[in-house]
Amino acid sequence: MADLSKLENDLTTQIAGAADEAALEAVRVSALGKKGSVSELLKGLGAMSPEERKTEGAKINALRDRVSSALDAKKSALKEKAIAGKLAAEAADVTLPVRPAPAEVGRIHPISQVIDELTAIFADMGFSVAEGPDIETDFYNFTALNFPLGHPAREMHDTFFFPPDANGERKLLRTHTSPVQIRSMQRERPPIKIIIPGRTYRSDSDQTHTPMFHQVEGLVIDRKSHLGNLKWILAEFCKAFFEVDDVKMRFRPSFFPFTEPSMEVDIQCDRSGGDIRFGQGTDWLEILGCGMVHPNVLRNCGLDPDEYQGFAWGMGIDRIAMLKYGMPDLRPFFEADVRWIEHYGFRPLDFPTLAGGLST
Amino acid sequence: MKFTLSWLKDYLSTDATVAQIADKLTEVGLEVESIEDKAAQLSAFVVANVISAEKHPNADKLRVCMVDTGDGNPIQVVCGAPNARGGMKAVFARPGTTIPASGDVLKIGAIRGVESRGMLVSEREMGLSDEHAGIIEMPADAPLGKPFAEVLGFNDPVFDVAVTTNRPDALGVHGIARDLAAAGLGTFNDKPPKPVAGKFPCPIRAKIEAPELCPAFGMRLIRGVKNGPSPEWLQKRLRAIGLRPISALVDITNLLTHDRSRPLHVFDAAKVKGDLVIRRAKQGEKLLALDGKTYELDDTICVISDDVAVESLAGVMGGEESGVSETTTDVVVESALWNPLNIAQTGRKLGLHSDARFRFERAVDPAFMLPGLELATQLILEICGGEPSEVFVAGDVPDTSRVIDFPLSEPKRLTGIEIKPDEIKRILSALGFTTAGAGDILKVSPPSWRGDIEGKADLVEEVVRIAGLERVPMTPFERDENARKPVLTMLQKRTRAAKRALAARGSVEGVTWSFISKEHAERFGGGKPEVALSNPIASDLSDMRPSLIPGLALAAQKNADRGYADVALFEVGQIFLGDKPEDQLIAATSLRRGAAKISGNGRHWQGSAGNVDVYDAKADALTILAACGAPTDKVQIVAGGPNYLHPGRSGTIQLGPKLILGYFGELHPLTLDALDIEGPVTVAEVFLDRLPEQKAKPTKVKPKLELSAFQPVTRDFAFLVDRKVTAAEIIRAAQGADKGLIANIDVFDLYEGKGVPEGKKSLAIAVTLQPREKTLTDAEIDAVAKKIVDEVSKKTGAQLR
Repeated sequence: MADLSKLENDLTTQIAGAADEAALEAVRVSALGKKGSVSELLKGLGAMSPEERKTEGAKINALRDRVSSALDAKKSALKEKAIAGKLAAEAADVTLPVRPAPAEVGRIHPISQVIDELTAIFADMGFSVAEGPDIETDFYNFTALNFPLGHPAREMHDTFFFPPDANGERKLLRTHTSPVQIRSMQRERPPIKIIIPGRTYRSDSDQTHTPMFHQVEGLVIDRKSHLGNLKWILAEFCKAFFEVDDVKMRFRPSFFPFTEPSMEVDIQCDRSGGDIRFGQGTDWLEILGCGMVHPNVLRNCGLDPDEYQGFAWGMGIDRIAMLKYGMPDLRPFFEADVRWIEHYGFRPLDFPTLAGGLST
Repeated sequence: MKFTLSWLKDYLSTDATVAQIADKLTEVGLEVESIEDKAAQLSAFVVANVISAEKHPNADKLRVCMVDTGDGNPIQVVCGAPNARGGMKAVFARPGTTIPASGDVLKIGAIRGVESRGMLVSEREMGLSDEHAGIIEMPADAPLGKPFAEVLGFNDPVFDVAVTTNRPDALGVHGIARDLAAAGLGTFNDKPPKPVAGKFPCPIRAKIEAPELCPAFGMRLIRGVKNGPSPEWLQKRLRAIGLRPISALVDITNLLTHDRSRPLHVFDAAKVKGDLVIRRAKQGEKLLALDGKTYELDDTICVISDDVAVESLAGVMGGEESGVSETTTDVVVESALWNPLNIAQTGRKLGLHSDARFRFERAVDPAFMLPGLELATQLILEICGGEPSEVFVAGDVPDTSRVIDFPLSEPKRLTGIEIKPDEIKRILSALGFTTAGAGDILKVSPPSWRGDIEGKADLVEEVVRIAGLERVPMTPFERDENARKPVLTMLQKRTRAAKRALAARGSVEGVTWSFISKEHAERFGGGKPEVALSNPIASDLSDMRPSLIPGLALAAQKNADRGYADVALFEVGQIFLGDKPEDQLIAATSLRRGAAKISGNGRHWQGSAGNVDVYDAKADALTILAACGAPTDKVQIVAGGPNYLHPGRSGTIQLGPKLILGYFGELHPLTLDALDIEGPVTVAEVFLDRLPEQKAKPTKVKPKLELSAFQPVTRDFAFLVDRKVTAAEIIRAAQGADKGLIANIDVFDLYEGKGVPEGKKSLAIAVTLQPREKTLTDAEIDAVAKKIVDEVSKKTGAQLR
């Protein structure tokens, strides 16, 4: 059967040599088409004896199957080659820069971020967030907080005032967030556990003071909370906020009109290396004022100081932001300079949580 | 408040070190701000003998000195001081020493070709004074090689403590010693002054005409005094705390001010005409005070006057005319009580600071008025000689005695510290309180010098600050059994959400001043008198902001001036529509300048960003609404806005006809002019307080998701319509064709220009039909399509293109 092997050789050569799908199709038609060489052989089987048909049929069918497989294989190869060529022509320069995502470009101001951090820490301890108006009355800003008449803070020198109204009352820009303590105690009965972040104003402007700044206060009023609880809360706060395992604190007796006893709190830090490290070193850094709410303040809110007691503390948000994140100056906080905010600000999706870490 | 260690030891017997004293001071509430130990600082500077001082070969004004510090190895030093000469004793610094005033480290060097191995120093170089005319001359008997500061007696550390306003008693060394002794640092030596018997009646009388300003006034005359320089110990003490010695009489009053917190005044009896009157000044009266300045007075100011003129500003500063001098022989010493509020007011009004004002405005110990006078008399007699008159007193020293009921349980209640009754009593008594009574409640009388003690809480503070705040036990704060609920209010949550949403749109958060210029406030609907500051810190920070736009716009321009033209800024903060709490709103405001689009700004190979426009602003506004959970599908967008926006490129977001939730648009060109900034600038502002409250739902389960089993069908329609017809009108009309079937309408094309007639536009919409019961047939789809075309034509005059 030299014919069959020759035919197979010829077809195999033709299949291998087909340059494209059209040429391959021509080979297929010439072999397996109606009048193709293999089809013609199959047609010739009818004229054979049963024995011959049996042996020759098997050979021809095997030949047909092999040719068919070779055609399929070549077809796939040609198709792959064609696609590869097309794709090669489509190649893009993947080193071209793409526009950054808006969420990578936008920034949250450090003050907002730190307020969110404070909220996360104190919400975990069961505190709510209270707020109040920036434009206050003398009563809420001073009198109710036990500031004596003639206290220097009540002067134009320190405090921003508005013109007197028809009753002669001068409103003012709150000098601290403490008026919100009074408003909260008037509005709700103890137990009260709040923090009060907000804008405050003093007539002061130099390298380290701006006429507007931010404070956060805490207030706890119930029937049993004492300085020991305050100490614990502040220690917990400092550890959580500065994200260190331990913070050494020093309580110093001090004086504020609205607390008695009053204290200032220093935390130990190391300033030898140019930046501040908390939880190590030998320097002391003042970070907040605090104390037991003065009996007169409780009375001014209609609370009996023999029945209710509690404590308050206050600190500068801008200041603790500077301590934690290392901004050297206060003034750029309020200049909306995009270079500064891009550098010191936070990405919108960096939401501070206790679960994920406040700043990581 | 400054004092030296030796001064403190006048009243405190102690072996404590400087560091122990400093720690204790801070612990009891007298915060140490600094300790200056000159002897330690200057220990490297030693006494040296100048063996010879020859003229420098190359410089007329320099000398080449040979200096011996006692070790027998003379050192060559080049010196420019005119007083450098052979045989003198001077102060020498070796190479490697740091000069305190300059911080320079000395090196071996050559001056004009001659080697110099050190330096002979001046007082200024040592930081001791401004004296720089020559080098320090040491006494001839000063031992060679010894630190000069030790030889000159600078080995007395100076403490500087911050005294809180409630503790005028600690503005005297005596009071500080009492606190330290009470805190266990030594024994308090009270040294109460002994009365000095008068030899004759006081020839000058005083009358108090303003008892509300001066409750009591004491004085005496001392005649035959000699007022020269005060003795060395007194001068040294004053110099150490930064005071300049003047004369013995003046120095004695300064000493008592700092020693006993008892300011006194001395004046020359020869210059007093007639008797003294304590009264309010007359309008326009003037006084040349001891600081050399003339003050104009009025009737709010208390003065001491003689028959002719004002003699001194009571409790603040004496007058130059009646001041004591070298020639004074008869001196009047005055010790009085003044109204603290009035003293503070006078000091502020006149801008006059003095050690006397500092103490009187904090209220001095009334009971020490006369003992203070006796102590001054005693010192004057010792130092200046003379013969004292009897004491003359006008008015009455007020009785400040009072009793406070102090439950022994109170310290524990407020501080958590266990303090035994004996310890409470010991501390109070060491501080000068008297205690009486048995049982659980102590009867406590505060001393006359503690006017600040009003009640139980003040006593608790006294007890715990002496017992030690480190004893306050760290006590975990119990979290209640209450369920953990969100602690933020809706407005607080919305404030946070608005910030993060705007930042996620590529915008940068600014925090700008709450006050802006009047002109800008007025431009944005503010500037009312009740929100204009009486005492602004600067004219461009005068009025409370009615809008966040001016602050952001000015900041954007500043960024542009620095080379950042395309900036997207936002602020979420308070605005002030009036002076009442309810007039203060939280606005969320986004501002975009130049090409600061959300897709990115500036030029880019994929297509450069164009300038920002009203639609960027609208997208920001809707983002804020969505982030705050406001019903964006229910709000109406009405063309136009406030007059600071471009009238044709702005919109108002409303909920119903009256409730305005916010605005968006391009800034009006005149607004740009008024702010003196360059555009294009777009803004979006949403008033968060005005967003409707979200109703609390009884369950967190979301409504069931209903998915249609049938394929939605989309058909496109392009309408030719008058330019003034809005997209909203066309969409609303199309929607009206079949509310049940039409699930969504998108605008996918807008075209004006070639091929579209003048005054018309082509607007194309894609309408999605969502069948719910069965698949739509072609006939049904065609029927809805026809209805859509008919409705839109009927309502807007549009033609299908």
